Parts: sequence; structure tokens; C-alpha cells
Amino acid sequence: MSRARADEEEYWHSSKFRAFTFDDEDDELSQLKESKRAVNSLRDIVDDDDDDLERVSWSGEPVGSKCRSTLCLSLSALSDTGVKNYAPELRRPKAEYKDYSSDWSPKDTVRRMQRGKVCSLERFRSLQDKLVLLDEAVAGHDGNVITAVLIFLKRTLRREILFRELEVRQVALCHLIHFLKEAGEQKLLLDLLRFLDRTEEVALSQYREHLNIQDVEKRREFLKGCIGLPFSAEDTSHIQDHYTLLERQIIIEANDRHLETAGQSEVFRKYPRKASILNMPLVTTLFYSCFYHYTEAEGTFSSPTNLKKTFKIPDKQYVLTALAARAKLRAWDDVDALFTTKNWLGYTKKKAPIGFHRVVEILQRNNAPVQVLQEYVRLVEDVETRLNLATKYKCHDVVIETYKDLKDRIQLTAYKCKVERGSAEEEKINSILNNMQIRWKN
Amino acid sequence: MAFAGRRDVPEPPDFGILKRLARDQLIYLLEQLPGKKDLFIEADLMSPLDRIANVSILKQHEVDKLYKVESRPAPSASDQFCFLVRPRIRTMRYIADIVNADKMSGRSRKYKIIFSPQKFYACEMVLEEEGVFGDVTCDEWSFYLLPLDEDIISMELPEFFRDYFLEGDHRWINSVARALQLLNSLYGPFGKAYGIGRCAKMSYELWRDLEEESEGDGQGRKPEIGNIFLMDRDTDYVTALCSQVVYEGLVDDTFRIKCGSVDFGPDVTSSDKSIKVLLNAQDKVFSQIRNEHFSSVFGFLSQKSRNLQAQYDRRRGMDIKQMKNFVSQELKGLKQEHRLLSLHIGACESIMKKKTKQDFQEMIKAEHSLLEGVDVRESTSFIEEHIDRQVSPIESLRLMCLLSITENGLIPKDYRSLKTQYLQSYGPEHLLTFHNLKHVGLLTEQAAGETLTAVESKVSKLVTDRAAGKITDAFNSLARKSNFRAISKKLGLIPRVDGEYDLKMPRDMAYVFSGAYVPLSCKIIEQVLERRGWLGLEEVVRLLNGNEFSVSDSAVEDNPAWESQRVILAVFLGGCTFSEIAALRFLGKERGCKFIFLTTAITNSARMMEAMIEAKA
Repeated sequence: MSRARADEEEYWHSSKFRAFTFDDEDDELSQLKESKRAVNSLRDIVDDDDDDLERVSWSGEPVGSKCRSTLCLSLSALSDTGVKNYAPELRRPKAEYKDYSSDWSPKDTVRRMQRGKVCSLERFRSLQDKLVLLDEAVAGHDGNVITAVLIFLKRTLRREILFRELEVRQVALCHLIHFLKEAGEQKLLLDLLRFLDRTEEVALSQYREHLNIQDVEKRREFLKGCIGLPFSAEDTSHIQDHYTLLERQIIIEANDRHLETAGQSEVFRKYPRKASILNMPLVTTLFYSCFYHYTEAEGTFSSPTNLKKTFKIPDKQYVLTALAARAKLRAWDDVDALFTTKNWLGYTKKKAPIGFHRVVEILQRNNAPVQVLQEYVRLVEDVETRLNLATKYKCHDVVIETYKDLKDRIQLTAYKCKVERGSAEEEKINSILNNMQIRWKN
Repeated sequence: MAFAGRRDVPEPPDFGILKRLARDQLIYLLEQLPGKKDLFIEADLMSPLDRIANVSILKQHEVDKLYKVESRPAPSASDQFCFLVRPRIRTMRYIADIVNADKMSGRSRKYKIIFSPQKFYACEMVLEEEGVFGDVTCDEWSFYLLPLDEDIISMELPEFFRDYFLEGDHRWINSVARALQLLNSLYGPFGKAYGIGRCAKMSYELWRDLEEESEGDGQGRKPEIGNIFLMDRDTDYVTALCSQVVYEGLVDDTFRIKCGSVDFGPDVTSSDKSIKVLLNAQDKVFSQIRNEHFSSVFGFLSQKSRNLQAQYDRRRGMDIKQMKNFVSQELKGLKQEHRLLSLHIGACESIMKKKTKQDFQEMIKAEHSLLEGVDVRESTSFIEEHIDRQVSPIESLRLMCLLSITENGLIPKDYRSLKTQYLQSYGPEHLLTFHNLKHVGLLTEQAAGETLTAVESKVSKLVTDRAAGKITDAFNSLARKSNFRAISKKLGLIPRVDGEYDLKMPRDMAYVFSGAYVPLSCKIIEQVLERRGWLGLEEVVRLLNGNEFSVSDSAVEDNPAWESQRVILAVFLGGCTFSEIAALRFLGKERGCKFIFLTTAITNSARMMEAMIEAKA
């Protein structure tokens, strides 16, 4: 037996791309019966009593062009199962394989593989041959084949050589990277990315692994290790924050679980925690801390002000979150304090880094009483929005005053029917309407 | 040809045969493993399978028990296991674990893996590595095409989007080519092919390659579909990112239509149980409202209810005989209609409730501003607030992407600040999401162009002449700018409206976005079909980064009298939205032609965003 033959023999025992061999000779017959039955069952679909049908038989060859295309198609669809394609060839005696693997040019090899047929790659031994094969696979546009060739190259080439060649073959490179990701070959993936000098991807790819770590302590440790990875400057600070946040959450969680079980803290008794704070986003953590730890001094890890400082949370974000948390607890005094500022003369003034219409919306969603609500509706700057909100939430005083400011007698008169008969509001409207000093615009 | 004037719209071909082919092949494959067997089905194949073969058909072919892949394998006494799966490495390991566990405990069984729609070499490699190659037999179920409706065919491959556009993997191109081959042989030959996008081009080439082998079938046959138009999803991300406002799109955005059916929950059915409803042309109520702008749907439904009431009322004053007739002939239909009406009314109410809670109005306003390119600052702060209030991680991402694409990238200051706030609101691990979005070009920083050129010049030093073309191509796709504003101007995508846009009597495809924007993808198709090619669209093509083609098959008889000349197969590689479908259905009606949709999957903004998020392995 020649050397080449011996190699082939070896291939048939070792190749990754070998199709399954059926030992059972009867199989082919039963398949044939099956296809025929299935084809016959399609007759009524095709609604053509073409006599050629009977002559269509499976011989491993393409179905003749004589039959109607629908039929060809249904037949080939039925027979296009891996087995059919490989089986006849595999069942030939081994001696017949002799010209088999050397027959196919790189192009033909790729074409055969694209059609799901078995093909030996072992004969592509020189680097040049391997690369021609790879380029053909890429030119053939079939990712499945590209990956198959890459798996072969990966097995038969030293990695530096493979990496070097892939650097100038971007499409193939994408396929290898994707394959390594899917196969979970993380180490090789990182080596490849390092070789390519894609340092940011190296960092991201390592950081990604934290998603698979369930245990929080281990996750925290892992994140700590991520801080030194070659991220962009901007991302480094995000990673640092991620680590710090989890570290905080672990401390808070331990404390609060203790507080909760001890049953001493009123807020925990009244509003038992629905879930642990571990692995939650920063804003959720801030909400949590505004909910359970609002009054704590800045020195504690769980205090909102500490979180705000540590993570440089913008005012706007802080106010939104604190407002939502305090409103949920119906702590209207806290809400009031959130927007009250004193100027240097000691006058107090209401100020918000977000529009007051948003404040109103959040309060309303938390079922704030009208007295609270109208105070903020009054502060909405845009007159039209203010009127809309006031009408929607029945803040009668605000509506009445706004119409008065607008000197809109007609609207004010019309509004009288919206308020309760004999109420203070009605009285107010009447007194304004009777005020001779107002110069109505209508 | 296509737009020769207003004519009757041709009927769509019958796609039922596709289902029968798929079913017959599946039965054939099941029979390959004679005797009783347990069937393990991949979760995302369940719904498609359900549309092809029901449980009783499976039982007829001796499927004993059904399991979901990935769930813990139940201790089963069956001697034969059959796995119906997508070709995924993860699934291969799952199967290998089962086989190896059996081996360890000395249990002998027969195993068969049926890959759908095709097998990948990498899967076999894993089976070999795990030492179970030879213990299992492998087959392919060439189930490429699932007709979802009379004019929609889906490949049900949502992973196509991520695999191709994010990972740069060409693994599904062969499946697309085979799907085209199948359609061409059943309903073609397609005389004219148009396309735009790298993937479109590759799919077309591979398909032609396959056709050349299958010698001259169908030549001279009278086709049912005469034209085909292939388009990559990345030609137009904007349309897919917009909030949908036609009914079918809204239902998809709100409830998620899965494989042509939707689960209406208790809030819709106003009972304590969910109802699964098939949404297609057979639903007499749905088929009349699916393409309508949401604002017209209410009116339609209430009119319909009144009609229904009137028909019921006819009972009064009937004599016994008439009554008998009524009950036996009409009542069932009326009841059915009544049931559908109340479901869709319930769905509308539920949509309204959800949308008002979310400031839908404000959001639509911001979207329209972005599309038009006005008040960008205001829209940016709207998005910022959306993020700060933790409204919805997916919506926030979507809006950021829309801002980025319409503005050709975010200015660095905005990018940093929005990204930081996003990570704070929704979790730091979204760092990975941002990286992915940048990579596909959905969310970029305006300065990014510079860094890319640096990499490019570095790499190009290493490039041999032979590979030079490929490299440049690869970088083009990376560095591509959306150029949306310029394209929008060229194609007139923002209609000038004098007065109110009448959404009930739409005058162009813009109605699918409340008259504010003509979907780019559909506009391109319209223009190319009108011109029968790309002539005169050179500037637009340049802005879209090229890769356009237009090919007439000279061997195919070109008979203008054939209706097939007015039937166009619109192929969306990477997904197609219901808004686009509605827009093209409208165009078809206007121009007397019929669009058939072939998509790798039905998509919407949420699915696209979710595809970019990294999950744990």
C-alpha cells in the first residue's frame, strides 16, 4: 500500500468530517421505499399524472431533468438528508477510494462541502495548499465550510502561523473568533486577540466571563482582577465602579439581612424587601438606599449621599431617584425638602434640576394627595402644560389662579361646572369673577 | 412590468406546498428511526414545528414522549432518542452529556440527531471530541421556509442577525441560497433579480452557483414569481428602530407575535386565562385592520361592532323557519366574528393603557424630530431622562441608536454621558452591549472615524495584493457611516405635509409612521422597481455603501403579459418589520403588484436590541 493510500486509510478512521456509516445494507432499500412513498403522497399536490414519475428512482445520481421541477424538488428535498449523500460513497469497497481524496481541487472540495458532502482535507498539507483552500472557502460564501476549514487549519498549523495568516484574512478571522467564542475556547481566543493587538477586546472578553460567575464573593474577586485589564480610560472607570458597587452591595446586603431578621427596624418591618440588592444597577441601589437608609449620615456605605459622592451621580439622576423613593413611602416632607433651596438672604425657593411636570408625574403615580400635588403643578412653568396637568389632576386652585392670571373670564366661567357646587372653589371663582379690578381680556 | 399602471393585484402563489414538503420530510426522517422513540425538541423550533406537524402526527410516527432540549433529561425508559435541533455547539454538548451518562451507566439506546435546517461541521466536530461520534446518527431536516401567511415566508432564524452583522459569520448564507433555490424551482424562474448589501450579493452568488448545477430545470415554465429583491438589514436600520404604529406592528411591539401567533394575556381577554390567537389573513377582523394606522383601528372596530349588533338584531321578528336558518347558517360565523372582535378590542385597550403610561406621545415626538433632524438637543435630553428614570433598558438603547444613526454618530460628550448614565441605570455589564453596538455601527461616537483609519493603515501595510480587496471591504463595512440625513434628502423620506396627513386615506408609505417618514428600505425597493434597475440612483447607492446589483436572466422568457411580472419576492436578510410589510402591501395595492416577503425572521426594534446584549453562557 502506497504512502498516500495509508494516509487515506488513516483519514477514514480519524477524520473529523466523516459521515456516519450505515452498516445495514437494507437501509438503502427502506429509504428508497420511503422516498417513493413520500413522493407518491405528493401526487395530489402536484396534480399531474406524469407517467415519468414511476421511472424516477434513487440511484445516487441527480434526478433526471425530465421530471417536473416540483417533483425533482420534492424528491431531492426528501433525499437531501446527509445519509443519502454520503451513504453510496461510503458503502463502496475501500479499494475504490484510491483516487478519491486527490481528485478534488480546492475549489471542488469547497463546493462539495457546501453541498454537505464528505471530503477529506488531510491532503492539504503544504501551507500554500491550506491557504488556497481557505481562500476558496471564503470566496464560496459559506460560513459553515469556512469554519470547517479553519478547524482543520487550527489542528494542523502552529497557532502563530495560523494567526499570522488570518491577520490578512478578515472574513476568515471573524469565523475563527466566533467559533472560539461558541466553543468556549477562551484561552486560545485571548491568545489570538493578543496576537492581533486587539487589547480592548482582550479586556472585554475577559470581563465578559463575570456573567458566568454566580457566587458574589467570587464575582467580586474576579471584577477586582478586571480593573487592571487594558480597557480604554473611560471603560476602566466603569469597571472600577462595577467592582466598587458590588463590594458595597455585599456589605449592605449582609447588614440589611441582619436588620430585617432582627425585626427592629420599622421600615423593614413595614416594607419587607422583595429581592436582594446584589448585582442590581447603581440607580436601583440608590433607590433602595433612599428607601431604606435615607436619613443615614454620609459616613455609612448605605447612605444615599455616600453613594452619590462615590459614584459621582449627577444631581438630576439623584433627585429623580430620591423623589421616586420618598414618594413611594409617602414621605411628603422629604419630597418638599428635596426641592427647597435657601438663597443667601435666607429666602426659600423651590428648584428642581428636572422639569416640575416630571415631579408632578412621579408624585401622581405614587398617589400623592391633591394638596401636595398642586404645590408642584403650580411650579410648572409652561402655562399650557400647567393648565393641562392641573385640570387632569383636579388641582382646582391652580386652574382658577392660572385663568385669573390669563384674565380669561370665559374659561374661568366654564370651569365653574367642574367644581363641586357650594364648595370653597366655587366661591373663589365667584369672587374672582366679581372682582371689578380685573381687566378681563374677554 | 411592475408599475405599468394601476391594475388588479395578482393573487399570491400557494405556499401550502412548502409546509407539506417540510412535513413529509420530517415524517420520513422520523421513520428512519423505526419504533417508539422519545423526541427532544429545541425550544426555538417548537413554534415552527407546531405550524408544520401537530402532536398527533408525531404520535402517528411513534413519537412517544416529547421533551424540550436543555431541560434536564427526564429518566426515560425509551430505547430510542431523537433530537430535533438547531446546529449549535451548546446543544451538541447537551446531547453528548446524555449519551455519555448512558454509557457510564451501561444503558444502551439508539440516538438520532436531526439538524434543522442544516448540519454544521463544527457540530460534528464537537460530537467527535465528546466521544459520541458514531453513537449517534445525524440527519438534516431541510426546513428552510415556513409560510406564516399568504404573503409572508419566514426562515425563523432570528440568530441570523447577530451571527452575520455582529460576528461576521457567513454560516446562514448557504441556507438562504438553498431557500432561494427551493422557491425558484417551485415558483420561479425569477427573471429579474435586484439587491443591495454584501450579504445580499453573496447569497445571490451562492444561489446562482447552486442553480448552475441543477441543470436547466424550469426553463420555459410559466413562473408565479417574476422578480426578486434582496436587501441587507444594515442598509436600513432606521426603519427597524422606529416605534411601530400600524396595528400589526404595534401588536408585535407590545405582545410579541411569535411564529404568526400571539398570546393575549388576561388583560386582553378580560378573563383569567391567556388565549393564543393565530394572526393572519384568515382572521377576518385582523386582516382588515392589520395594515391600518392605529388611530383608524378604533373607529373600524366600533363600526364593526355596530354591524355585528345589527346582524344579531335581525333575529327579532324572525319566524321559526328563518330563525332555524339563522342559527344553522349565520350564527356560527357571527359568534366567531364576535369573539375576534372582542379580542382585538381588548388588545387595543391594553395597548392604549401601556402606551399612555409610557408617554408614548412624547416618545413619538422625539422620534419624529430625530428622523427630521430638528431639535436634536431636546431629543437628547428626552433620551437622557428616559434612561435616568429607568423606564426600559431596551427602549433607551433603541432611542440612543436612533439618535446615533440619524446623526451619523453621537458627539463624544453625549456618547460618554449617555453611556455612563445607561450603565448606572441598567447595569455596568452593558459595557459589553455598547461595544457590540459600536461594532455593528448602531451606536457610535462621531470621532470614531479617526481611530479606524489608524487601524486600517496599520493593517494595510501587512496586506498582500491578493487580499487587499477583501480587507478594504471588511473595513468599509466597519467604518460605514449611516449618511441617513443625506439619503433622506435625496429620496425625500420626510414628506412635506401641508395641513393634516390623512391617516385613514394614506397617500404614501409614510402613513406607517404617522405620515412623518417613508421607510427607507421600502423606498429603495419602490425606486429600483420603478426604474427597473439602479440607474439614476448612483448617489444614493454611494451613500448606502454600494454592493448593489441588478441582473436579468436572459434565459427566462420575459412575457409582460404574465402576472408573475408583477409579483416581487422581497428578501430581508437580518429581519423585516411589520411596518415594512404594511408599507409594501400599500405600495403593491397602489401600483397593482404583489409583494411576497421572505425574511430570515420577523423583527422589531426590541428584538434587534436584545440580539446585541451579552448573556451568560
